[in-house]
Amino acid sequence: MSALIEVKGLDKAFGGVHAVEGVSFSVEAGQVYSVIGPNGAGKTTLFNLISGLYTPTKGEIRLKGESTAKLEPNQLAERGMCRTFQQMQICMNMSAIENVMLGRHLKLRSNLFTTLFRLPSLLRDEKACRERAAELMEFVGCGDYLDTEASAMSYGALKRLEIARALAADPKVILLDEPAAGLNAVETAALEKLIRKIADQGTTVMLVEHDMKLVMGISDRLLVLNYGRVLAEGTPEEIRNNPDVIAAYLGG
Amino acid sequence: MLNRFMQMRLRDLVILAVILFALPLFLNNPFHYDLATQMAIIAATVVGLNLLVGFAGQISLGHAGFFGLGAYFTGIMTSNYGWSSVPALVVGAILVGIVAWIVGRPILRLKGHYLSMATLAVGFIIAIILNNERALTGGPDGMPVPAFNVFGWELSPFGSYNLLGMELNGSEAWYLFAAVVLLVAVWLAQNLIDSPIGRALRSVHGSEVAARVVGVDTARYKSLVFVVSAIYASAMGSLYAHFQGFITPAVAGFDFSILFITMVVLGGMGSTMGVILGAVVLKLLPQVLADFQELETVMFGAILMLTMIFMPKGLLPTIQMAVGKRMKKKAGGQA
Repeated sequence: MSALIEVKGLDKAFGGVHAVEGVSFSVEAGQVYSVIGPNGAGKTTLFNLISGLYTPTKGEIRLKGESTAKLEPNQLAERGMCRTFQQMQICMNMSAIENVMLGRHLKLRSNLFTTLFRLPSLLRDEKACRERAAELMEFVGCGDYLDTEASAMSYGALKRLEIARALAADPKVILLDEPAAGLNAVETAALEKLIRKIADQGTTVMLVEHDMKLVMGISDRLLVLNYGRVLAEGTPEEIRNNPDVIAAYLGG
Repeated sequence: MLNRFMQMRLRDLVILAVILFALPLFLNNPFHYDLATQMAIIAATVVGLNLLVGFAGQISLGHAGFFGLGAYFTGIMTSNYGWSSVPALVVGAILVGIVAWIVGRPILRLKGHYLSMATLAVGFIIAIILNNERALTGGPDGMPVPAFNVFGWELSPFGSYNLLGMELNGSEAWYLFAAVVLLVAVWLAQNLIDSPIGRALRSVHGSEVAARVVGVDTARYKSLVFVVSAIYASAMGSLYAHFQGFITPAVAGFDFSILFITMVVLGGMGSTMGVILGAVVLKLLPQVLADFQELETVMFGAILMLTMIFMPKGLLPTIQMAVGKRMKKKAGGQA
Protein backbone atom coordinates (compact mmCIF):
# COMPACT_ATOMS: atom_id res chain seq x y z
CA MET A 1 0.00 0.00 0.00
CA SER A 2 1.33 3.42 -0.90
CA ALA A 3 1.68 6.11 1.72
CA LEU A 4 -0.97 8.81 2.27
CA ILE A 5 1.52 11.60 1.75
CA GLU A 6 4.74 11.05 -0.18
CA VAL A 7 7.30 13.81 -0.48
CA LYS A 8 10.25 13.36 -2.86
CA GLY A 9 13.23 15.66 -3.30
CA LEU A 10 11.23 18.72 -2.30
CA ASP A 11 12.91 22.08 -2.84
CA LYS A 12 11.67 25.61 -2.21
CA ALA A 13 13.87 28.62 -2.82
CA PHE A 14 12.99 32.23 -2.04
CA GLY A 15 15.48 34.17 -4.15
CA GLY A 16 18.78 32.61 -3.20
CA VAL A 17 17.61 31.18 0.09
CA HIS A 18 16.70 27.51 0.14
CA ALA A 19 13.98 27.30 2.81
CA VAL A 20 13.45 23.63 2.06
CA GLU A 21 16.06 21.56 0.25
CA GLY A 22 15.96 17.96 -0.92
CA VAL A 23 13.37 16.85 1.62
CA SER A 24 11.87 13.35 1.22
CA PHE A 25 9.63 11.42 3.59
CA SER A 26 6.32 9.64 3.65
CA VAL A 27 3.40 9.59 6.04
CA GLU A 28 1.23 6.47 6.41
CA ALA A 29 -2.49 6.81 6.97
CA GLY A 30 -3.45 6.94 10.63
CA GLN A 31 -0.10 8.16 11.90
CA VAL A 32 0.70 11.16 14.03
CA TYR A 33 3.66 12.55 12.13
CA SER A 34 5.57 15.49 13.57
CA VAL A 35 8.03 17.90 12.01
CA ILE A 36 10.47 19.49 14.40
CA GLY A 37 13.53 21.68 14.07
CA PRO A 38 14.96 24.98 15.23
CA ASN A 39 13.39 28.30 14.19
CA GLY A 40 13.87 28.95 10.48
CA ALA A 41 14.42 25.25 9.75
CA GLY A 42 11.68 25.33 7.09
CA LYS A 43 8.85 23.61 8.96
CA THR A 44 6.12 26.10 8.11
CA THR A 45 7.40 26.38 4.53
CA LEU A 46 7.09 22.61 4.30
CA PHE A 47 3.47 22.83 5.52
CA ASN A 48 2.71 25.63 3.06
CA LEU A 49 4.08 23.43 0.28
CA ILE A 50 2.08 20.39 1.34
CA SER A 51 -1.16 22.38 1.68
CA GLY A 52 -0.67 24.00 -1.73
CA LEU A 53 -0.16 27.61 -0.61
CA TYR A 54 3.37 27.52 -2.07
CA THR A 55 4.48 25.88 -5.31
CA PRO A 56 7.64 23.78 -5.00
CA THR A 57 10.73 24.92 -6.88
CA LYS A 58 11.66 21.27 -7.42
CA GLY A 59 10.48 17.85 -6.32
CA GLU A 60 7.00 16.50 -5.86
CA ILE A 61 4.32 15.81 -3.32
CA ARG A 62 1.83 13.00 -3.74
CA LEU A 63 -1.42 12.75 -1.85
CA LYS A 64 -2.83 9.23 -2.06
CA GLY A 65 -0.58 8.69 -5.08
CA GLU A 66 -1.78 11.78 -6.93
CA SER A 67 0.70 14.57 -7.66
CA THR A 68 -0.43 17.83 -6.06
CA ALA A 69 1.70 20.09 -8.26
CA LYS A 70 -1.23 21.58 -10.20
CA LEU A 71 -3.75 21.66 -7.34
CA GLU A 72 -4.96 24.79 -5.57
CA PRO A 73 -5.44 24.72 -1.78
CA ASN A 74 -9.21 24.42 -2.22
CA GLN A 75 -8.73 21.41 -4.51
CA LEU A 76 -6.49 19.80 -1.90
CA ALA A 77 -9.24 20.42 0.64
CA GLU A 78 -11.61 18.53 -1.68
CA ARG A 79 -9.19 15.61 -1.49
CA GLY A 80 -9.29 15.56 2.28
CA MET A 81 -6.50 17.86 3.42
CA CYS A 82 -7.13 20.53 6.03
CA ARG A 83 -4.86 22.65 8.17
CA THR A 84 -4.44 25.26 10.87
CA PHE A 85 -1.93 28.08 10.96
CA GLN A 86 0.79 29.28 13.27
CA GLN A 87 -0.56 32.79 12.69
CA MET A 88 -4.19 31.88 13.20
CA GLN A 89 -6.48 32.46 10.24
CA ILE A 90 -9.88 33.05 11.79
CA CYS A 91 -12.59 35.07 10.09
CA MET A 92 -13.08 37.81 12.67
CA ASN A 93 -16.14 39.11 10.82
CA MET A 94 -18.11 35.99 11.77
CA SER A 95 -19.31 34.26 14.89
CA ALA A 96 -17.42 31.27 16.31
CA ILE A 97 -19.86 28.68 15.04
CA GLU A 98 -19.99 30.28 11.60
CA ASN A 99 -16.23 29.82 11.35
CA VAL A 100 -16.69 26.11 12.02
CA MET A 101 -19.64 25.92 9.63
CA LEU A 102 -17.38 27.51 7.02
CA GLY A 103 -15.13 24.51 7.51
CA ARG A 104 -17.96 22.31 6.25
CA HIS A 105 -18.18 24.33 3.05
CA LEU A 106 -17.35 21.38 0.80
CA LYS A 107 -19.96 19.13 2.38
CA LEU A 108 -22.82 21.49 1.60
CA ARG A 109 -24.84 21.34 -1.58
CA SER A 110 -26.34 24.72 -2.20
CA ASN A 111 -26.96 26.88 -5.21
CA LEU A 112 -27.94 30.49 -5.66
CA PHE A 113 -31.60 29.60 -6.17
CA THR A 114 -32.14 27.54 -3.00
CA THR A 115 -30.11 30.15 -1.12
CA LEU A 116 -31.94 33.28 -2.28
CA PHE A 117 -35.36 31.82 -1.55
CA ARG A 118 -34.31 29.84 1.54
CA LEU A 119 -35.91 26.64 0.29
CA PRO A 120 -36.45 23.76 2.74
CA SER A 121 -33.52 21.74 1.35
CA LEU A 122 -31.16 24.55 2.31
CA LEU A 123 -32.66 24.93 5.77
CA ARG A 124 -32.30 21.20 6.40
CA ASP A 125 -28.65 21.27 5.34
CA GLU A 126 -27.95 24.35 7.43
CA LYS A 127 -29.55 22.80 10.51
CA ALA A 128 -27.47 19.64 10.15
CA CYS A 129 -24.36 21.71 9.51
CA ARG A 130 -24.97 23.80 12.60
CA GLU A 131 -25.50 20.74 14.76
CA ARG A 132 -22.30 19.13 13.48
CA ALA A 133 -20.39 22.39 14.05
CA ALA A 134 -21.72 22.63 17.62
CA GLU A 135 -20.66 19.00 18.20
CA LEU A 136 -17.15 19.75 16.95
CA MET A 137 -16.88 22.85 19.11
CA GLU A 138 -17.86 20.70 22.08
CA PHE A 139 -15.25 18.13 20.95
CA VAL A 140 -12.39 20.66 20.91
CA GLY A 141 -13.63 22.34 24.08
CA CYS A 142 -15.18 25.60 22.88
CA GLY A 143 -18.77 24.50 23.44
CA ASP A 144 -19.49 27.63 25.47
CA TYR A 145 -18.74 30.02 22.63
CA LEU A 146 -21.25 28.96 19.95
CA ASP A 147 -22.68 32.36 19.05
CA THR A 148 -19.82 34.47 20.37
CA GLU A 149 -18.23 36.78 17.83
CA ALA A 150 -14.81 35.36 16.94
CA SER A 151 -13.29 38.78 17.59
CA ALA A 152 -14.39 38.53 21.24
CA MET A 153 -12.70 35.17 21.95
CA SER A 154 -9.46 34.48 23.81
CA TYR A 155 -6.31 33.30 22.03
CA GLY A 156 -6.49 29.77 23.43
CA ALA A 157 -10.15 29.39 22.46
CA LEU A 158 -9.44 30.62 18.94
CA LYS A 159 -6.65 28.06 18.55
CA ARG A 160 -9.11 25.29 19.40
CA LEU A 161 -11.74 26.89 17.18
CA GLU A 162 -9.35 26.70 14.24
CA ILE A 163 -8.89 22.98 14.86
CA ALA A 164 -12.67 22.53 14.95
CA ARG A 165 -12.93 24.32 11.62
CA ALA A 166 -10.30 22.05 10.08
CA LEU A 167 -12.10 18.97 11.43
CA ALA A 168 -15.45 20.16 10.09
CA ALA A 169 -14.45 19.06 6.58
CA ASP A 170 -14.06 15.45 7.83
CA PRO A 171 -10.47 15.51 6.58
CA LYS A 172 -8.30 12.45 5.92
CA VAL A 173 -5.26 14.39 7.06
CA ILE A 174 -5.04 17.47 9.24
CA LEU A 175 -1.96 19.69 9.39
CA LEU A 176 -1.49 21.49 12.69
CA ASP A 177 1.09 24.28 12.64
CA GLU A 178 2.33 24.95 16.19
CA PRO A 179 -0.99 24.36 17.92
CA ALA A 180 0.63 24.65 21.36
CA ALA A 181 2.37 27.97 20.72
CA GLY A 182 1.23 30.51 23.26
CA LEU A 183 -0.69 27.98 25.36
CA ASN A 184 0.00 27.39 29.06
CA ALA A 185 0.74 23.96 30.57
CA VAL A 186 -2.89 23.14 31.32
CA GLU A 187 -4.02 24.15 27.84
CA THR A 188 -1.17 22.15 26.30
CA ALA A 189 -2.20 19.03 28.22
CA ALA A 190 -5.76 19.50 26.94
CA LEU A 191 -4.38 19.91 23.44
CA GLU A 192 -2.42 16.67 23.72
CA LYS A 193 -5.61 14.84 24.65
CA LEU A 194 -7.42 16.46 21.75
CA ILE A 195 -4.77 15.44 19.21
CA ARG A 196 -4.95 11.87 20.54
CA LYS A 197 -8.71 11.89 20.16
CA ILE A 198 -8.39 13.12 16.58
CA ALA A 199 -5.83 10.41 15.79
CA ASP A 200 -7.95 7.73 17.47
CA GLN A 201 -10.78 8.59 15.08
CA GLY A 202 -8.50 7.54 12.24
CA THR A 203 -7.53 11.00 11.01
CA THR A 204 -3.88 11.31 10.04
CA VAL A 205 -2.25 14.17 11.91
CA MET A 206 0.79 16.14 10.76
CA LEU A 207 2.19 18.36 13.42
CA VAL A 208 4.74 21.17 13.54
CA GLU A 209 5.55 21.84 17.15
CA HIS A 210 8.22 23.18 19.47
CA ASP A 211 6.97 21.61 22.67
CA MET A 212 9.23 18.53 22.87
CA LYS A 213 7.30 16.86 25.64
CA LEU A 214 4.10 17.08 23.61
CA VAL A 215 5.75 15.92 20.38
CA MET A 216 7.67 12.99 21.87
CA GLY A 217 4.55 11.84 23.72
CA ILE A 218 2.10 11.62 20.83
CA SER A 219 4.07 11.14 17.61
CA ASP A 220 4.39 7.83 15.78
CA ARG A 221 7.21 9.23 13.68
CA LEU A 222 9.22 12.43 13.56
CA LEU A 223 11.03 14.39 10.89
CA VAL A 224 13.82 16.66 12.06
CA LEU A 225 14.69 19.60 9.82
CA ASN A 226 17.73 21.82 10.10
CA TYR A 227 18.48 24.65 7.63
CA GLY A 228 15.84 23.23 5.31
CA ARG A 229 17.40 19.75 5.12
CA VAL A 230 16.39 16.49 6.75
CA LEU A 231 18.59 15.85 9.73
CA ALA A 232 16.88 12.67 10.87
CA GLU A 233 13.67 10.71 10.51
CA GLY A 234 12.29 7.96 12.70
CA THR A 235 10.35 7.00 15.81
CA PRO A 236 10.57 9.20 18.90
CA GLU A 237 12.94 6.63 20.42
CA GLU A 238 15.30 6.75 17.42
CA ILE A 239 15.23 10.56 17.33
CA ARG A 240 15.95 10.85 21.03
CA ASN A 241 19.08 8.73 20.60
CA ASN A 242 20.29 10.22 17.32
CA PRO A 243 23.62 12.00 17.97
CA ASP A 244 23.11 14.54 15.13
CA VAL A 245 19.77 15.57 16.53
CA ILE A 246 21.13 15.86 20.03
CA ALA A 247 23.95 18.05 18.81
CA ALA A 248 21.83 20.31 16.59
CA TYR A 249 18.61 20.62 18.44
CA LEU A 250 18.05 18.91 21.72
CA GLY A 251 21.20 20.60 22.98
CA GLY A 252 22.75 17.55 24.63
CA MET B 1 -34.20 26.71 16.97
CA LEU B 2 -33.73 30.28 15.84
CA ASN B 3 -30.08 31.17 15.74
CA ARG B 4 -28.79 34.64 16.49
CA PHE B 5 -28.56 35.55 12.84
CA MET B 6 -32.15 34.57 12.11
CA GLN B 7 -33.45 36.57 15.06
CA MET B 8 -31.54 39.65 13.93
CA ARG B 9 -32.78 39.20 10.40
CA LEU B 10 -36.39 38.93 11.38
CA ARG B 11 -36.09 41.93 13.67
CA ASP B 12 -34.42 44.03 10.97
CA LEU B 13 -37.01 43.13 8.34
CA VAL B 14 -39.91 43.93 10.67
CA ILE B 15 -38.40 47.25 11.72
CA LEU B 16 -37.75 48.19 8.11
CA ALA B 17 -41.30 47.25 7.08
CA VAL B 18 -42.80 49.29 9.91
CA ILE B 19 -40.71 52.33 9.00
CA LEU B 20 -41.48 52.03 5.30
CA PHE B 21 -45.22 51.70 5.77
CA ALA B 22 -45.45 54.30 8.54
CA LEU B 23 -43.44 56.85 6.57
CA PRO B 24 -46.42 58.07 4.48
CA LEU B 25 -47.80 59.59 7.70
CA PHE B 26 -44.99 62.12 7.49
CA LEU B 27 -45.00 62.67 3.74
CA ASN B 28 -47.20 65.62 2.77
CA ASN B 29 -46.79 66.17 -0.93
CA PRO B 30 -45.79 64.41 -4.14
CA PHE B 31 -42.30 65.87 -3.90
CA HIS B 32 -41.72 64.08 -0.59
CA TYR B 33 -43.05 60.86 -2.06
CA ASP B 34 -40.80 61.16 -5.08
CA LEU B 35 -37.78 61.70 -2.87
CA ALA B 36 -38.69 58.69 -0.71
CA THR B 37 -39.20 56.56 -3.82
CA GLN B 38 -35.78 57.53 -5.15
CA MET B 39 -34.28 56.72 -1.75
CA ALA B 40 -35.85 53.26 -1.71
CA ILE B 41 -34.61 52.43 -5.23
CA ILE B 42 -31.11 53.71 -4.52
CA ALA B 43 -31.11 51.96 -1.12
CA ALA B 44 -31.90 48.64 -2.80
CA THR B 45 -28.99 49.22 -5.21
CA VAL B 46 -26.68 49.90 -2.30
CA VAL B 47 -27.90 46.80 -0.43
CA GLY B 48 -26.65 44.85 -3.45
CA LEU B 49 -23.36 46.73 -3.61
CA ASN B 50 -22.87 46.08 0.10
CA LEU B 51 -22.82 42.33 -0.61
CA LEU B 52 -19.69 42.94 -2.66
CA VAL B 53 -18.06 45.67 -0.58
CA GLY B 54 -19.22 45.04 2.98
CA PHE B 55 -19.43 41.27 3.04
CA ALA B 56 -16.92 40.02 0.49
CA GLY B 57 -14.51 42.92 1.04
CA GLN B 58 -14.06 43.75 -2.65
CA ILE B 59 -14.49 47.24 -4.03
CA SER B 60 -16.30 48.59 -7.06
CA LEU B 61 -15.97 52.23 -8.05
CA GLY B 62 -17.90 51.60 -11.24
CA HIS B 63 -21.21 50.23 -10.07
CA ALA B 64 -23.18 53.07 -11.59
CA GLY B 65 -22.10 51.56 -14.90
CA PHE B 66 -24.28 48.51 -14.23
CA PHE B 67 -27.07 50.73 -12.89
CA GLY B 68 -26.87 52.77 -16.09
CA LEU B 69 -26.81 49.70 -18.33
CA GLY B 70 -30.00 48.43 -16.67
CA ALA B 71 -31.63 51.86 -17.01
CA TYR B 72 -30.73 52.18 -20.69
CA PHE B 73 -31.64 48.61 -21.60
CA THR B 74 -35.08 49.21 -20.14
CA GLY B 75 -35.30 52.63 -21.81
CA ILE B 76 -34.34 51.34 -25.24
CA MET B 77 -36.38 48.14 -25.19
CA THR B 78 -39.56 49.68 -23.81
CA SER B 79 -39.57 52.88 -25.85
CA ASN B 80 -38.02 51.74 -29.14
CA TYR B 81 -39.09 48.11 -29.29
CA GLY B 82 -42.32 48.17 -27.32
CA TRP B 83 -41.23 45.62 -24.74
CA SER B 84 -43.17 45.33 -21.52
CA SER B 85 -41.32 46.48 -18.35
CA VAL B 86 -40.83 43.17 -16.58
CA PRO B 87 -39.20 41.29 -19.45
CA ALA B 88 -37.01 44.34 -20.14
CA LEU B 89 -35.92 44.43 -16.49
CA VAL B 90 -35.27 40.70 -16.32
CA VAL B 91 -33.46 40.34 -19.65
CA GLY B 92 -31.48 43.50 -18.88
CA ALA B 93 -30.44 42.13 -15.50
CA ILE B 94 -29.37 38.81 -17.03
CA LEU B 95 -27.32 40.56 -19.73
CA VAL B 96 -25.70 42.87 -17.19
CA GLY B 97 -24.96 39.80 -15.05
CA ILE B 98 -23.19 38.22 -18.01
CA VAL B 99 -21.24 41.43 -18.68
CA ALA B 100 -20.26 41.59 -14.99
CA TRP B 101 -19.11 37.96 -15.09
CA ILE B 102 -16.97 38.50 -18.18
CA VAL B 103 -15.47 41.69 -16.77
CA GLY B 104 -15.23 40.44 -13.19
CA ARG B 105 -13.39 37.21 -13.87
CA PRO B 106 -10.10 38.92 -14.85
CA ILE B 107 -10.28 42.10 -12.73
CA LEU B 108 -11.24 40.43 -9.45
CA ARG B 109 -7.79 38.86 -9.40
CA LEU B 110 -6.63 42.35 -8.51
CA LYS B 111 -6.60 43.64 -4.97
CA GLY B 112 -6.86 47.01 -3.23
CA HIS B 113 -6.03 50.07 -5.32
CA TYR B 114 -5.63 48.03 -8.50
CA LEU B 115 -9.16 46.66 -8.19
CA SER B 116 -10.45 50.20 -7.50
CA MET B 117 -8.78 51.46 -10.67
CA ALA B 118 -10.06 48.58 -12.78
CA THR B 119 -13.67 48.96 -11.61
CA LEU B 120 -13.42 52.72 -12.04
CA ALA B 121 -12.38 52.12 -15.63
CA VAL B 122 -15.31 49.74 -16.21
CA GLY B 123 -17.70 52.46 -15.05
CA PHE B 124 -16.06 55.08 -17.27
CA ILE B 125 -16.15 52.84 -20.34
CA ILE B 126 -19.86 52.14 -19.89
CA ALA B 127 -20.62 55.85 -19.41
CA ILE B 128 -18.61 56.72 -22.53
CA ILE B 129 -20.43 54.12 -24.60
CA LEU B 130 -23.81 55.43 -23.46
CA ASN B 131 -22.68 58.96 -24.32
CA ASN B 132 -21.45 58.08 -27.79
CA GLU B 133 -24.06 55.63 -29.07
CA ARG B 134 -26.37 58.47 -30.02
CA ALA B 135 -28.55 56.42 -32.33
CA LEU B 136 -29.54 54.10 -29.49
CA THR B 137 -29.23 56.20 -26.37
CA GLY B 138 -29.78 59.75 -27.52
CA GLY B 139 -26.25 60.58 -26.39
CA PRO B 140 -25.65 63.26 -23.76
CA ASP B 141 -29.20 64.62 -24.29
CA GLY B 142 -30.66 61.48 -22.78
CA MET B 143 -33.83 59.64 -23.69
CA PRO B 144 -37.41 59.42 -22.44
CA VAL B 145 -38.62 56.19 -20.82
CA PRO B 146 -42.29 55.18 -20.80
CA ALA B 147 -44.14 54.42 -17.54
CA PHE B 148 -43.69 51.06 -15.82
CA ASN B 149 -46.23 48.67 -17.28
CA VAL B 150 -47.27 45.07 -16.78
CA PHE B 151 -49.80 43.50 -19.19
CA GLY B 152 -51.09 46.92 -20.19
CA TRP B 153 -51.42 48.11 -16.60
CA GLU B 154 -49.37 51.24 -16.06
CA LEU B 155 -47.68 52.64 -12.99
CA SER B 156 -47.09 56.29 -13.69
CA PRO B 157 -46.25 59.11 -11.26
CA PHE B 158 -49.13 60.99 -12.86
CA GLY B 159 -51.77 58.26 -12.64
CA SER B 160 -54.29 57.56 -9.91
CA TYR B 161 -54.88 54.17 -8.35
CA ASN B 162 -57.11 52.27 -6.02
CA LEU B 163 -55.49 49.81 -3.62
CA LEU B 164 -57.86 47.87 -1.33
CA GLY B 165 -60.21 50.83 -1.21
CA MET B 166 -57.46 53.42 -0.68
CA GLU B 167 -57.25 56.20 -3.22
CA LEU B 168 -53.60 56.68 -4.22
CA ASN B 169 -52.07 59.17 -6.55
CA GLY B 170 -49.19 58.14 -8.81
CA SER B 171 -46.45 59.28 -6.44
CA GLU B 172 -47.95 57.37 -3.52
CA ALA B 173 -48.39 54.24 -5.60
CA TRP B 174 -44.78 54.40 -6.80
CA TYR B 175 -43.58 54.83 -3.24
CA LEU B 176 -45.43 51.73 -2.06
CA PHE B 177 -44.10 49.77 -5.01
CA ALA B 178 -40.52 50.90 -4.29
CA ALA B 179 -40.94 50.10 -0.58
CA VAL B 180 -41.99 46.54 -1.40
CA VAL B 181 -39.08 46.21 -3.84
CA LEU B 182 -36.67 47.38 -1.13
CA LEU B 183 -38.08 44.86 1.36
CA VAL B 184 -37.66 42.05 -1.17
CA ALA B 185 -34.12 43.23 -1.98
CA VAL B 186 -33.22 43.19 1.71
CA TRP B 187 -34.83 39.79 2.26
CA LEU B 188 -32.90 38.26 -0.65
CA ALA B 189 -29.63 39.84 0.53
CA GLN B 190 -30.14 38.51 4.04
CA ASN B 191 -30.89 35.05 2.70
CA LEU B 192 -27.68 35.15 0.73
CA ILE B 193 -25.57 36.31 3.67
CA ASP B 194 -26.85 33.71 6.13
CA SER B 195 -26.05 30.66 3.99
CA PRO B 196 -23.09 28.53 2.93
CA ILE B 197 -22.56 30.92 0.02
CA GLY B 198 -22.71 33.90 2.39
CA ARG B 199 -20.18 32.37 4.75
CA ALA B 200 -17.86 31.69 1.84
CA LEU B 201 -18.23 35.33 0.76
CA ARG B 202 -17.56 36.67 4.22
CA SER B 203 -14.56 34.37 4.61
CA VAL B 204 -13.01 35.92 1.50
CA HIS B 205 -13.10 39.17 3.49
CA GLY B 206 -12.22 37.66 6.88
CA SER B 207 -9.26 35.55 5.80
CA GLU B 208 -8.74 34.59 2.20
CA VAL B 209 -6.13 32.00 3.20
CA ALA B 210 -8.55 30.33 5.60
CA ALA B 211 -11.20 30.36 2.90
CA ARG B 212 -8.91 28.59 0.46
CA VAL B 213 -7.74 25.85 2.81
CA VAL B 214 -11.30 24.93 3.82
CA GLY B 215 -12.08 24.51 0.14
CA VAL B 216 -13.64 27.80 -0.93
CA ASP B 217 -12.90 28.57 -4.58
CA THR B 218 -12.32 32.24 -3.80
CA ALA B 219 -12.08 33.39 -7.42
CA ARG B 220 -15.46 31.85 -8.18
CA TYR B 221 -17.17 33.41 -5.18
CA LYS B 222 -15.73 36.86 -5.89
CA SER B 223 -17.13 36.65 -9.44
CA LEU B 224 -20.45 35.39 -8.11
CA VAL B 225 -20.94 38.27 -5.69
CA PHE B 226 -19.79 40.77 -8.31
CA VAL B 227 -22.46 39.41 -10.65
CA VAL B 228 -25.16 39.43 -7.97
CA SER B 229 -24.41 43.03 -7.00
CA ALA B 230 -24.37 44.06 -10.68
CA ILE B 231 -27.78 42.40 -11.15
CA TYR B 232 -29.12 44.35 -8.18
CA ALA B 233 -27.79 47.56 -9.75
CA SER B 234 -29.20 46.72 -13.17
CA ALA B 235 -32.69 45.85 -11.89
CA MET B 236 -32.82 49.01 -9.79
CA GLY B 237 -31.51 51.03 -12.73
CA SER B 238 -34.46 49.72 -14.77
CA LEU B 239 -36.95 50.83 -12.10
CA TYR B 240 -35.19 54.17 -11.72
CA ALA B 241 -35.50 54.79 -15.46
CA HIS B 242 -39.24 54.09 -15.38
CA PHE B 243 -39.73 56.22 -12.32
CA GLN B 244 -37.78 59.23 -13.62
CA GLY B 245 -39.29 58.94 -17.07
CA PHE B 246 -36.10 60.38 -18.55
CA ILE B 247 -32.49 59.26 -18.31
CA THR B 248 -29.12 60.71 -19.27
CA PRO B 249 -25.69 59.01 -19.26
CA ALA B 250 -25.15 60.64 -15.84
CA VAL B 251 -26.94 57.62 -14.30
CA ALA B 252 -23.90 55.54 -15.29
CA GLY B 253 -21.41 58.24 -14.35
CA PHE B 254 -18.58 58.56 -11.90
CA ASP B 255 -20.55 60.79 -9.50
CA PHE B 256 -23.20 58.13 -9.11
CA SER B 257 -20.62 55.40 -8.48
CA ILE B 258 -18.99 57.49 -5.78
CA LEU B 259 -22.39 58.26 -4.28
CA PHE B 260 -23.15 54.51 -4.01
CA ILE B 261 -19.81 53.72 -2.39
CA THR B 262 -20.15 56.67 0.01
CA MET B 263 -23.57 55.37 1.08
CA VAL B 264 -22.07 51.96 1.88
CA VAL B 265 -19.11 53.36 3.80
CA LEU B 266 -21.14 55.99 5.66
CA GLY B 267 -23.98 53.65 6.59
CA GLY B 268 -21.76 50.79 7.63
CA MET B 269 -19.99 48.22 5.49
CA GLY B 270 -21.45 44.81 6.14
CA SER B 271 -24.61 46.17 7.75
CA THR B 272 -27.66 45.87 5.50
CA MET B 273 -29.75 48.24 7.61
CA GLY B 274 -26.76 50.55 7.90
CA VAL B 275 -26.31 51.07 4.18
CA ILE B 276 -30.02 51.85 3.84
CA LEU B 277 -29.54 54.57 6.44
CA GLY B 278 -26.50 55.73 4.47
CA ALA B 279 -28.63 56.00 1.34
CA VAL B 280 -31.32 57.99 3.18
CA VAL B 281 -28.83 60.41 4.73
CA LEU B 282 -26.97 61.08 1.50
CA LYS B 283 -30.19 61.56 -0.48
CA LEU B 284 -31.51 63.95 2.17
CA LEU B 285 -28.36 65.98 2.59
CA PRO B 286 -28.51 67.81 -0.78
CA GLN B 287 -32.15 68.74 0.00
CA VAL B 288 -31.21 70.17 3.37
CA LEU B 289 -28.18 71.96 2.00
CA ALA B 290 -29.76 73.03 -1.30
CA ASP B 291 -28.08 76.44 -1.10
CA PHE B 292 -24.62 74.90 -1.36
CA GLN B 293 -25.37 72.78 -4.39
CA GLU B 294 -22.06 73.46 -6.11
CA LEU B 295 -20.23 72.05 -3.11
CA GLU B 296 -22.06 68.70 -3.21
CA THR B 297 -19.12 66.65 -4.48
CA VAL B 298 -16.80 68.29 -1.97
CA MET B 299 -19.24 67.37 0.79
CA PHE B 300 -19.43 63.75 -0.29
CA GLY B 301 -15.64 63.59 -0.30
CA ALA B 302 -15.47 65.13 3.16
CA ILE B 303 -18.14 62.76 4.50
CA LEU B 304 -16.30 59.75 3.09
CA MET B 305 -13.03 60.85 4.66
CA LEU B 306 -14.48 61.79 8.04
CA THR B 307 -16.41 58.52 8.25
CA MET B 308 -13.30 56.48 7.50
CA ILE B 309 -11.32 58.33 10.16
CA PHE B 310 -13.87 58.67 12.94
CA MET B 311 -16.42 55.93 12.28
CA PRO B 312 -14.66 53.19 10.34
CA LYS B 313 -17.53 50.84 11.11
CA GLY B 314 -20.08 53.31 9.72
CA LEU B 315 -23.04 55.24 11.07
CA LEU B 316 -25.48 52.53 12.15
CA PRO B 317 -23.00 50.04 13.70
CA THR B 318 -21.40 52.93 15.62
CA ILE B 319 -24.79 54.06 16.94
CA GLN B 320 -25.74 50.48 17.81
CA MET B 321 -22.49 50.01 19.72
CA ALA B 322 -22.93 53.26 21.62
CA VAL B 323 -26.53 52.36 22.55
CA GLY B 324 -25.45 48.85 23.54
CA LYS B 325 -22.75 50.24 25.83
CA ARG B 326 -25.17 52.65 27.51
CA MET B 327 -27.73 49.92 28.09
CA LYS B 328 -25.05 47.73 29.65
CA LYS B 329 -23.93 50.58 31.88
CA LYS B 330 -27.52 51.16 33.00
CA ALA B 331 -28.08 47.47 33.67
CA GLY B 332 -24.78 47.35 35.57
CA GLY B 333 -25.79 50.38 37.68
CA GLN B 334 -29.09 48.81 38.71
CA ALA B 335 -27.56 45.48 39.70
